Amino acid sequence: MAREIYQAIVDGILVGGVYALMAVGLTLIFGVLDIINIAQGVMVILGAYLSYELAARLHLDLFLGLLITVPAMFVIGVVIQWAFIRPLRGRERTSMTLLVSYAIALIIEGILYQTFGADDRQLNAWYVTSSVHVFGFYLPYIYLFGFALAVVLVAALYVLLYRTGFGRSVRATMQDETAARLVGINISRVAAITFGVGVAVTAAGGMVYGATNSFNPNSGYDLISRLLAIIILGGLGSIGGALVASVFMITLESVVDIWQPEWAIVVFYAALVLVLLIRPTGFFGRKAVRAQ
Amino acid sequence: MRPTLPWLSKRAFALSGAAVLSVSVLAACSSSSSSSTSTSTSSSASPSSSTPITIGASLSLTGDFSTDGQNYKQGYELWASDVNAHGGLLGHQVVLKILNDASSPTQVVTNYQTLFASDHVNLAFGPFSSLLTTPSEAVAARYGYAFVEGAGGAPAVFNSPANVADHNVFDVSLPIKDEMVPFANYIAGLPASQRPKTAAYPMADDPFAVPPVQVVQTMLQSLGVKTVYSKIFPEEAADYKAPADQVAASGAQIVVLGSTDVPTVSAFMQAFEQQHYTPKLFIAAAGPDQGSAFIAAVGKGNAVGMMVPNGWYPAYPDAASQAMVQAYVAKYGGNASGVSSDVAEAYSVGQVMDQAVTATGGTDNAKIIAYLHSGVTLTSVQGPVKFDVLGENGAAAAFVSQWQDGGNAFNQVLPVGTAGSVAIIATKPAWTS
Repeated sequence: MAREIYQAIVDGILVGGVYALMAVGLTLIFGVLDIINIAQGVMVILGAYLSYELAARLHLDLFLGLLITVPAMFVIGVVIQWAFIRPLRGRERTSMTLLVSYAIALIIEGILYQTFGADDRQLNAWYVTSSVHVFGFYLPYIYLFGFALAVVLVAALYVLLYRTGFGRSVRATMQDETAARLVGINISRVAAITFGVGVAVTAAGGMVYGATNSFNPNSGYDLISRLLAIIILGGLGSIGGALVASVFMITLESVVDIWQPEWAIVVFYAALVLVLLIRPTGFFGRKAVRAQ
Repeated sequence: MRPTLPWLSKRAFALSGAAVLSVSVLAACSSSSSSSTSTSTSSSASPSSSTPITIGASLSLTGDFSTDGQNYKQGYELWASDVNAHGGLLGHQVVLKILNDASSPTQVVTNYQTLFASDHVNLAFGPFSSLLTTPSEAVAARYGYAFVEGAGGAPAVFNSPANVADHNVFDVSLPIKDEMVPFANYIAGLPASQRPKTAAYPMADDPFAVPPVQVVQTMLQSLGVKTVYSKIFPEEAADYKAPADQVAASGAQIVVLGSTDVPTVSAFMQAFEQQHYTPKLFIAAAGPDQGSAFIAAVGKGNAVGMMVPNGWYPAYPDAASQAMVQAYVAKYGGNASGVSSDVAEAYSVGQVMDQAVTATGGTDNAKIIAYLHSGVTLTSVQGPVKFDVLGENGAAAAFVSQWQDGGNAFNQVLPVGTAGSVAIIATKPAWTS
């Protein structure tokens, strides 16, 4: 039994890294723009399809392909923000962004169906099915690389937010949009770039997800509810919180799965409710985020 | 300037609430539900000679079952084009009206309400999966339609209150609870010294996936095959690594996977390979029967040795079946091994309805229901069809197919010695990625 628990913890940490990759962009957008991007799950799948195309047509390594897919997704994010999110203003903005982002998800899903069909795909590389034997456990390279990528991306976003002028603009906008505008910050530019960065990092999440799961244009809907739960638990807008919450939630789910798999998902969401009852701001709520 | 509310602003609190609400709604959307409330009289008028016969169906063209749904659409359309090329049904051209249910048990109910109450279709074909057939069959019963389908073979479909009361469901395919019996019989037929000693039974929580696996588990346990893993996991799980790793850790010689689609099977296969674990025998309830879609997801090499129960396979020795396979390849491309059994199931639905309409001389659904329950034996590309009182096809034969020849051939291997069967690969080769 002890071995099963250790295996579940290892699985939880590794798979949690993959979820962190998919969630950091969502929490960044949520934290800065107050937008619940329902399209995040579909954007993960879009990132997976972009990696698939590069691997299939150019035989490009999946991680090298990120040098193309990340900037491409950044451009897509900026365009979406400019075309669909920016025009929304007024008191109903938040609720309208829910509907608009859902519409964006449907549009992207439709395009993917039209382009790739309904068949499931999976990304392949030598490290997708290979693993290293450590302390009696087989650790798949793809999860190890994915976890490392999650840590690197979280660190990079941290540097971007807390060690650059742009980051100061972002944090000022997070604290008080009106005041930020008064001190000369170009809010529209910050919003566009932040949305672009949030979508860009999703390309990495999409690649690792596509290498660890079969996917089709509809797969994103299985993800979005979990990603939202993770970023709420981690604390809205907290990049590091997304990583911690991902690992916590997936590990908890894996451990419960040993005894009662049918309860694993229930416990996943029950943990969210319990933590929010005790600490409404999640692990790293807004005050903590802004004080960093 | 610092926020006036130090811990959580009102706006942030409202956003949190909205997000939690979104999570709840989306989580609810990903789980199954069923409901229908409308009432109406049956629609069963025969069309005049100049009008086409309209057949309505709801299919999962998007969503979790989209691969199967698209295959079913091809099967229905292939049958319709064949019928129309031969003069139609009773001289009427057939027009299909297919709505997309997005794999949702709620949307499928809405779709059939629309087809029956608004579109007044003449006849109805079923959706894909037992999960969607169960809620929609009640709608068909309420409107008096004969509900001929090919993918609702779970006990829950036949034993539903609507079907027990109205007897309007007719599944042209093999009842799924017995579909893996040939596999258990194969194990029973092995010499005791060669018989595997342990087995694992991971099952997706789905009315299609659980019953056949539990039947096999009972049979193998009675043979002395020790169960080392038997658990039901949520079908909507986004990641199957945890249960797959547990199966790998069990070291079971046989894996009987209660799967509903390709992603579930490929996730288990990938996890097994990562854990350097290859079961001696690996059979899945669904997934490997998806032809080229399965190969695209798992690769040809890894597919070798994978087994799946089937009521049909591309090389099925039947003239009509061979003609259908040729017509399919001519229309959609690919090769014979890439033709999904979904296509044959859907095509069979059309064939059975064709014979019922011809025999009753029209599209009166009450007469069609009575005819299909008359004990008559019908023909289909899947073999003979004869319905019992609850609409199960008691004449269907169970086969097990296996990917062989480097992933280039999908052959029938069980029952041993039946027409068209080839030798089984008795030990699954190691993973090849």
